[in-house]
Amino acid sequence: MNHWIIAPIVLPAIMAPILLMGARHDMVLARIFSIASTVALLGIALALTAMVSDGTILTYALGNWVAPFGIVLVADRLSVMMLVLTAVLALAVLFFAIDGSDREGRHFHALYQFQLMGINGAFLTGDFFNLFVFFEVLLIASYGLMVHGGGPARVKAGVQYVAINLVGSTLFLISVGMIYSVTGTLNMADLAVKVPHIPAGDQALLQAGALLLLLVFCVKAALIPVHFWLPGTYANAPAAVAALFAIMTKVGAYCVIRLYILAFGADAGAATWLAAPWLLPAALLTLVLGMTGVLAARRLGQLAGFAVIGSMGLLLTSVALFTPIALSAALYYLLHSTLAGAVLFLIADLVARRRPGHEDGLSVAPGFTQLKLLAGSFFIAAIAATGMPPLSGFIGKLLMLDAALDSVHAAVIWTLVLGTSLIAIIGFGRAGSTLFWKSTGEPGSFPEHAQSNSLSLIAIGLLLAGCVALTLFAGPLTTYLDATAEQVFATHQYIEAVLGNTVLPGGLL
Amino acid sequence: MSLALIVILPFLGAILPALMIRAGRNACATSTFTVTLLAFLLLMTHAPAVFRGEVLQARWEWVPQLGLNVNFFLDGLGFFFASLILGIGLLIITYARFYLAKEDPMGSFYSYLLLFQGAMVGIVLSDNILLLLIFWELTSLSSFLLIGYWKHLPEGRQGARMALTVTGAGGLSMIAGMLILGHIAGSYDLSVILQHKEAIQASPLYLPALLLILGGCFTKSAQFPFHFWLPHAMAAPTPVSAYLHSATMVKAGLFLMARLWPVLAGTDEWFYLVATTGLITMLIGAWIALFKDDLKGLLAFSTVSHLGLVTFLLGLGSPMAAVAAVFHILNHATFKAALFMNAGIVDHETGTRDIRKLGGLMTLMPIAGTLATIAAASMAGLPLLNGFLSKEMMLEEAAHTAWLGNDWIVPALATLAACFSVAYSFRYIVHVYFGKPAGTTPRHPHDPPFGMWGPPALLVVLVVLIGLFPATIAGPLVATVAGAVIGGPLPDYHLAIWHGLTPALGMSAIAVAVGLGLLAGYIKVRKLWSAGPHPEAKAMFQALIAAAVSLAQKITHGLHNGSLQRHLAFAIGAAVVVGFGAFAAASHAPGQRELLPAAPVAIVVWLLLVGATIALVALHRQRLVSLIAIGVVGMVVSLTFVYLSAPDLALTQISVEVVTVILMLLALNFLPKETPVESSGGRRLRDGVIAALAGIGVGGAAWAITSRDGSTLSGYYLEQSVPGGGGTNVVNVILVDFRGFDTFGEIIVLGIAALAIYALLDGATRGAVGRKLAAWVPDQARAADRHPLMLVVATRVMLPLALMVGAFIFLRGHNVPGGGFIAGLVVAIALIMQYMASGYSWAAQRMKIDYHALIGIGVLIAAATGIVSWLADHPFLTSTFGHFHLPVIGEFELASAMAFDTGVFLTVIGATMLALANLSRIGGLAEAPPPQEGPMEPDLSVKTPGGH
Amino acid sequence: MEFLLSTAIGLLTAAGVYLALRARTWPVVLGLTMLSYATNLFLFATGRLVLNQPPVISPDVVAYTDPLPQALVLTAIVISFGMTAVIVVMALRSFLESGSDHVDGQDKPVPAENRETTEGRA
Repeated sequence: MNHWIIAPIVLPAIMAPILLMGARHDMVLARIFSIASTVALLGIALALTAMVSDGTILTYALGNWVAPFGIVLVADRLSVMMLVLTAVLALAVLFFAIDGSDREGRHFHALYQFQLMGINGAFLTGDFFNLFVFFEVLLIASYGLMVHGGGPARVKAGVQYVAINLVGSTLFLISVGMIYSVTGTLNMADLAVKVPHIPAGDQALLQAGALLLLLVFCVKAALIPVHFWLPGTYANAPAAVAALFAIMTKVGAYCVIRLYILAFGADAGAATWLAAPWLLPAALLTLVLGMTGVLAARRLGQLAGFAVIGSMGLLLTSVALFTPIALSAALYYLLHSTLAGAVLFLIADLVARRRPGHEDGLSVAPGFTQLKLLAGSFFIAAIAATGMPPLSGFIGKLLMLDAALDSVHAAVIWTLVLGTSLIAIIGFGRAGSTLFWKSTGEPGSFPEHAQSNSLSLIAIGLLLAGCVALTLFAGPLTTYLDATAEQVFATHQYIEAVLGNTVLPGGLL
Repeated sequence: MSLALIVILPFLGAILPALMIRAGRNACATSTFTVTLLAFLLLMTHAPAVFRGEVLQARWEWVPQLGLNVNFFLDGLGFFFASLILGIGLLIITYARFYLAKEDPMGSFYSYLLLFQGAMVGIVLSDNILLLLIFWELTSLSSFLLIGYWKHLPEGRQGARMALTVTGAGGLSMIAGMLILGHIAGSYDLSVILQHKEAIQASPLYLPALLLILGGCFTKSAQFPFHFWLPHAMAAPTPVSAYLHSATMVKAGLFLMARLWPVLAGTDEWFYLVATTGLITMLIGAWIALFKDDLKGLLAFSTVSHLGLVTFLLGLGSPMAAVAAVFHILNHATFKAALFMNAGIVDHETGTRDIRKLGGLMTLMPIAGTLATIAAASMAGLPLLNGFLSKEMMLEEAAHTAWLGNDWIVPALATLAACFSVAYSFRYIVHVYFGKPAGTTPRHPHDPPFGMWGPPALLVVLVVLIGLFPATIAGPLVATVAGAVIGGPLPDYHLAIWHGLTPALGMSAIAVAVGLGLLAGYIKVRKLWSAGPHPEAKAMFQALIAAAVSLAQKITHGLHNGSLQRHLAFAIGAAVVVGFGAFAAASHAPGQRELLPAAPVAIVVWLLLVGATIALVALHRQRLVSLIAIGVVGMVVSLTFVYLSAPDLALTQISVEVVTVILMLLALNFLPKETPVESSGGRRLRDGVIAALAGIGVGGAAWAITSRDGSTLSGYYLEQSVPGGGGTNVVNVILVDFRGFDTFGEIIVLGIAALAIYALLDGATRGAVGRKLAAWVPDQARAADRHPLMLVVATRVMLPLALMVGAFIFLRGHNVPGGGFIAGLVVAIALIMQYMASGYSWAAQRMKIDYHALIGIGVLIAAATGIVSWLADHPFLTSTFGHFHLPVIGEFELASAMAFDTGVFLTVIGATMLALANLSRIGGLAEAPPPQEGPMEPDLSVKTPGGH
Repeated sequence: MEFLLSTAIGLLTAAGVYLALRARTWPVVLGLTMLSYATNLFLFATGRLVLNQPPVISPDVVAYTDPLPQALVLTAIVISFGMTAVIVVMALRSFLESGSDHVDGQDKPVPAENRETTEGRA
């Protein structure tokens, strides 16, 4: 019995209470535990990668109850890849957080671990009510992290963030109910088996439920018209948290990929490729609006937020084509945009800290300590985020354009993708030259903010190094991602893995 | 390998200057020079092979799936451009060492320069067009850094952004073009693509590909109408202008057109697009150059004009024209780079580049003057200099080119352009070096150090040598390169000064005559110019960007006004649209299930609910009333559960209800008791409509569901509950066993909620908020007796009772309604009553429970029960159970699931208490000092006032 | 009976949505609570309506109602309880911080991004 699959959920679930009891009053201890746990998560994720890289799909029947009756965890290439990404991001961001911002409120590290538990659970579960539970875990942890440190603007933004997500959770339950009422199951694989045979009379309930669920995932993925929560939330959240949230939007994307290819994909009877006609236009609109926001941004943090929205639009555009090659491209871009998005928030924060009175506003201010270093990091991050060569963003874009070539919408997609790239380039160019060039021209500087934040810079360095690595190893990586995409589309493998295995129902005695 | 090394060296070397600057400016420059020299020598080692006509290759896989591979190849064309880039690079590096001022950060300058150099070499050596794209954009990025090098100059920043925008846009269009091209040819490798002329030109995608690729080339090479960015890029330090904007980067477009010439050229589309653009650019550039007073501006537009000339030649599509194009690229590189350096010298020496302020410099700086004169003469196309030869060839080609059947317009325009270029060339000589000094210049000029005039001198020597012995000096090179461009047999041509009395010679003669005439009557011509319109490209561009930005801001900030009301309206509206849309789009049949009769009691309850709901909406502004109303609603909901065979839900709902109301009450203690009227009527109508639609949607779905039959998994749970789960209360068994993992997550949610609440409330006791809280004035009259005796007594008597009830509910939960969660809530309620009745301080003193720890322990117990099953090599949360006997409660089963339930129990207590206790603690803080110290002790122990 | 429940659910939803769209945190909280009632009843209804057949196994009973939705609802109730608690307290903290309980901070909404973003920074 392979228990590794559940480790990414259980480990933080145990570590958080320990932090809560043992290390509540000792920040050093808390930091050590938190980092140790995150490093372990990375190790586990890599171990799992080794286990699934040959195409095997690991399943784990909780409570030893056979699917579809019990909850089952499923680890395939896709979910494990998300685990690795999460761990990498979490580790880098943690370095930034322990540089001081984790002191600004209570229970940062416990909440952080719970957050990771929720995210990992969402990636691993094969049961869509259990998915709801993990959504709530990661959400409520994010509420706590979002208002970490407090302050009127932040808490107010927190209230908005919670409210919008509570509506999302409500919608989640309603759609789950509608799907359950006609399929009678909660297990994704079982759902995939049942959907093709749903009688015509029940289709309306099924499809309405499924598309409402899609909307819920789109809230997470910040797609138009349910993206409104993102700019305010990210701009007001603590930088480390905003950076970690870069993975949260990807949770939404992951769920879309998983469920709407598995259960509402090629052979779903009347519900075949249910998501496509809704997803593609929304994604393209999001891309345009996001990049427009980049051009319009008045603060660096705000710019980063809209860059994230735009990247989600681009990512889901490729997903919405629902072909293996396009998915593979989307996955590559997913890895890239997570790291590139996160690093922007960290840079914005360091800049803001160095410009009291100006913060990260795109205004001319005197120079500050480590200006060159931050300018350099921003330049690289901007290249990545705008998809300029030679970094991963460019390769991701090429892969997507290449994949879209066979689509009937190729012309539209190409025009929008390339057009928005130009807008992004202009936006980032303006921001950078204002913040880092004009400012050097100004006399004076902020000597009182001369701390060097070496840990924060390490975090930024790690994330940028990640982008470089994605670029250098693009070859082997795309090979792996192609295999991943193939596996996602070969839904029968998933179904066999989940429903094929027979476990004795019942207890030990 | 060594091929790749030529490209990689500059990139690797780029960090050297940044480091070596610490060792001084000379070390910095030298290191840069050495790196470039190495690359140059490395290139030269391949010269023999290239001249033998061999094509060297180096290939590595990078992203094979995409067809993006690190493939380099070296043929005549690549060799020619690479040696231009590296050769002129060496001169520029030397020159810059003396040009840059003390305060200029030299390290970063040379680093950027090497980055750029590497990118350029990469472009000309790439065999893979996707790889080429990467280097292509890299030149845009590195030139952005170089143009903006003087960060303090606004022109620098603006010029840099303009260049980046225009060339960046071109790059994007080229990405599309290249992808299409590769798609047609079935490969992204040039060596393959160049073999597919027919396939490509026959493809329906040929024109789009051509347009998109030319979009890249024209922007990069500043062809009309994209020529405007180049002059503004001249804000860069002169070495940059000389290197990027005359010798190398602007030639990248030409290079690419030459590179793809064999597959793209020869069609009408190609001719009319490329040749026409080239001709217009040549003409306009020359005309504008004539009236530029800034030396570098003049040279910039002259460069535009000459780039147009080469484009025009490539556009003609004839092998002969291709030869001429190659030859002119070479010649232009020599004399134009020399002139740029010269302009830099003048600027450096006199402190100005304004022609109107200059004059008669020849006497003051003879060396520079002589060099300038020769180079400019070559630019004008005077015999015995290399500029003459290639211009002759151009005019010769133009002479017999028909355009839309009209065979005089092309030669005429070409000649006219030639006239202008003669004019501005001579203006450069005459108005700067001859005539009388036009007044005092900022500095007193004299010839610069050798380091600054040496490099241009070297180029001028080339100008003369090629001019005198073209066949000997340039012949082999031109042949090899032209061969590479044409990709076929060379035409019959000979590079010579004298071709006899050709039409070209006549056109040249006219050009010289008219040109000199124009200069003689410069004042009048100038008036003519001033009369005409002068579209200011920079202003237009900036206006365009500004407009785009303000539009973007209108959209963005108009849409994202940060109003939760709007966010929610959009979200719920979207749900309504999606829900109804999807429902309508699919087939639906009404249900057949026989319905339950509506019992009178049910109707009464229903009416109660409707009444409470309406009351809530109507009276929600009086917050206390609204709290009561919502309490009633919750009550009705739990009644519904009782009625419809869900006792567990009823118990849970009711206990949750109590706690929620307590919580809201404690919060309302601080919040305003009234909600002001704010929303306009229209807003309320809008919300009403959304609400109604949502209600109809959800209610309709509920009706559709409850009125039809459906198959579920429930049979399995009912069978397995007792044998498999060891409990008769199936709901509880599902919660702690079948789907225990949900519950595990659920209690964690509760725990996190408590932590978040604690963090929020704890934060509220510190800093600014804390001070507000301390200075809190309760907005409602408080009862004189804050801890009424009866309540105190009652709660304390109740406590043990409640605890017993809790334990009971807990133990029996597995078999009859109850369980850890409900039990936890009951106990929590009992405990919180103490706080409410006796006040925080009293309760806190007596209940020294660390609720954090309680949550932690609860979660750990739950996790532990899960992990224990690993020992038996069973999955997480696998349950086991046995039968036990206890007095009072009697025979009962003890399942491992109950240990899990204990975790639930503890977490629930911990979480609820942590939240509520802290909330009442805040209340205590806000109202301190309380009217009387502590609660009244029930035993009424006599306290003497004053005490002792 | 089904009709009564469905209309009740619809009514609760409508009321919840309307209140959630108000401008002050308190009614928004009430609205979200109403929505959670509606959702719980809805989810419960997916098990269809059954009288007097509680899912508690005993030898002399043959028919039971579908227990699964009940379990789901129970989980949902608990979670929404936690969520409600958090938003109530967050609304309270927000009011204490800014002195206004308007959902958009001040009484006139301004772009969230343009607000001060550095409170609480060390």
